[in-house]
Amino acid sequence: MTESAGHQQTTQQRVAASLRRRYAAEMRFRAYGVFAVAVGLLFVAFLFTSIISKGYTAFEQTYVAVDVVYSPELIDPAGSRLAETLQAADYQAVLRASLRAEFPQFEGRTSLRHLYGTVSNSAEQVLRDRVLANPALIGGHERVWLLAHGHIDMFVKGQIDRNLPESSRPISDEEIVWVDALQTAHRVQIRFNKAFFTAGDSREPEQAGVAGALAGSALTLFMALLLSFPIGVAAAVYLEEFAPKNVWTDIIEVNINNLAAVPSIVFGLLGLAMFIQFFGLPRSVPLVGGLVLSLMTLPTIIITGRASLKAVPPSIREAAFGMGASPMQMVLHHVLPLALPGVLTGTIIGMARALGESAPLLMIGMVAFIVDVPHGLSDPSTVLPVQIYLWAQSPERAFVERTSGAIMVLLGFLLLMNAVAVILRNRFERRW
Amino acid sequence: MTIDKHQHVVNISRGIVFNEGDQSLPGEAIETKTVGQVTVDSPVISARHVNVHYGEKQAIKDVSIDVAKNAVIAFIGPSGCGKSTFLRCLNRMNDTIPNAKVSGSIRLDGSDIYDRSQDIVQLRARVGMVFQKPNPFPKSIYENVAYGPKIHGLAGNRADLDEIVQLSLRKAGLWEEVKDRLDNPGTGLSGGQQQRLCIARAIAVDPEVILMDEPCSALDPIATAKVEDLIDELRENYAIVIVTHNMQQAARVSQRTAYFHLGDLIEVGPTEQIFTNPRHRLTEDYITGRFG
Repeated sequence: MTESAGHQQTTQQRVAASLRRRYAAEMRFRAYGVFAVAVGLLFVAFLFTSIISKGYTAFEQTYVAVDVVYSPELIDPAGSRLAETLQAADYQAVLRASLRAEFPQFEGRTSLRHLYGTVSNSAEQVLRDRVLANPALIGGHERVWLLAHGHIDMFVKGQIDRNLPESSRPISDEEIVWVDALQTAHRVQIRFNKAFFTAGDSREPEQAGVAGALAGSALTLFMALLLSFPIGVAAAVYLEEFAPKNVWTDIIEVNINNLAAVPSIVFGLLGLAMFIQFFGLPRSVPLVGGLVLSLMTLPTIIITGRASLKAVPPSIREAAFGMGASPMQMVLHHVLPLALPGVLTGTIIGMARALGESAPLLMIGMVAFIVDVPHGLSDPSTVLPVQIYLWAQSPERAFVERTSGAIMVLLGFLLLMNAVAVILRNRFERRW
Repeated sequence: MTIDKHQHVVNISRGIVFNEGDQSLPGEAIETKTVGQVTVDSPVISARHVNVHYGEKQAIKDVSIDVAKNAVIAFIGPSGCGKSTFLRCLNRMNDTIPNAKVSGSIRLDGSDIYDRSQDIVQLRARVGMVFQKPNPFPKSIYENVAYGPKIHGLAGNRADLDEIVQLSLRKAGLWEEVKDRLDNPGTGLSGGQQQRLCIARAIAVDPEVILMDEPCSALDPIATAKVEDLIDELRENYAIVIVTHNMQQAARVSQRTAYFHLGDLIEVGPTEQIFTNPRHRLTEDYITGRFG
């Protein structure tokens, strides 16, 4: 009896001792998880702070006010006021004369070049448009807010340190004096940079925008979705619901899984060889970009589609068959609607990956410098990630913030797509 | 009639005079090792020498049996005895299982359902099925019942469809409970209601036979009692084949009972006789709870 009690005692003690060890292990296990999540969050936070702190200034832009004298001698010496004359007039000369008249202290070629360079070269277009819209301006003068040159913009935003030696900064002492004078006269403004969202690419950073790349991305994704969604869903449905299970379907499955892991650049080379060289489709167009990206997303859509079809309980199939539904009715009426949330999620994940893809598009020439915003599937265009790549390579300081700005736009686009995925999933999700 | 030695010995040792005169009973003469009366006068389904193989494994061994009109026949037997497999042969649900091979003949109103000319969609409209686990579609109650008539084109317009839905729900004894919420999802009903909804769905296409595969095994006793009452009522219009693990249930709802054992159909007879006076040793052992 006592022996048994003593034995019980030690068992309890052992259990208690092992319990402590178990709880300690449990705690450590949790700590590892928390640590992993924390590290992940830290990196995300780092990425976002880095991009946002660098890029938020891309959404604003410096403007300077210039008193423009619309001298009739320079614009329309004959006084005809014909549209062609006004169109062809030298507005650069008008602008330069106005600047010279206002700042007579600038003399000599270098100084004048600095003076002329403070305003972006889009200014003459602005003046031309104003005169064409209202010829009565000729002979008068007005204060016009003009886009500042990228260097000036950087200086005003504080991205260029004025204490650096003159040779180490892109803006001269003279220009600094000039900008300071303008600022004290309240003739420098930082405004919201609408052009960033409405303009295409440009050699001048202050005029460059993401609209072209955004439209290119949207068109390319549209094309990719148009192709890969129906083909992917059809393939998934056939393989999951209709195909016999044999060696051939196993081989197909292995190949699809392999394709999902093939580096995207390979798809780019395939697209180059097939669509451009063999079928003779044009380069740099969203049509070919979409074709290549749909090749790339198809495996993802097929795999996730099959997984979500598999997740539909077999009892639903039995119920449909038991009611005398044909296999097609069984799939279309019951299984596919139930699998749709999963299929859509997979599709959007695939699309999000396609949105961030640049390597295959480099292969098919979507890396070209394109100023115009594309309006159709066969307009030359580029896409957001490629635009980011192009800007990141540019030497001008002002492109640094544009790069980060474009990354923010891309992230916003991704966030939007993922939000749509969640909404669609919740909308179509049904319980059984 | 072929009788294996063991069976013969069993019968003799139990002192039962084996009925050598089976052939003299009504119905066609068939060669079977099954004890009892497998044939009926005017069968709606008559299965003859049915064998089912799943790959190498034989799940059903030479089973012959008739299903009578306006009556309930219960298939009983231990797990894995093949009663569900045989049930699913009757509306060709086994077609969906790869490597399942069915031989022999199963006639529905005289025509072989495994014939090439037999349309499987039409067959399932004539032989409805209710499954073990209630499996309403994740749609509204109305849509669940209306689905069969819709795909088979039984209702010309919305009013006809409404009528079919109402009639089917009434026959299934569910109308009073759900008439105010026909648009609610069928999956939101209780288990017993879901199973009656599945029965309503099956009878909405007005089949000749209803197959029920352990329809009450997922239900509580009260829901079970309701479904059993319903089965008894449905007998008026349909032939019903029910597979059950519950012998009391077989005794309560059926008029004939068939006992399956390891793929063999051991004994068929009037339910009362099977439960009170089984003629085969295996049947008796199962009924008295010695195994299964």
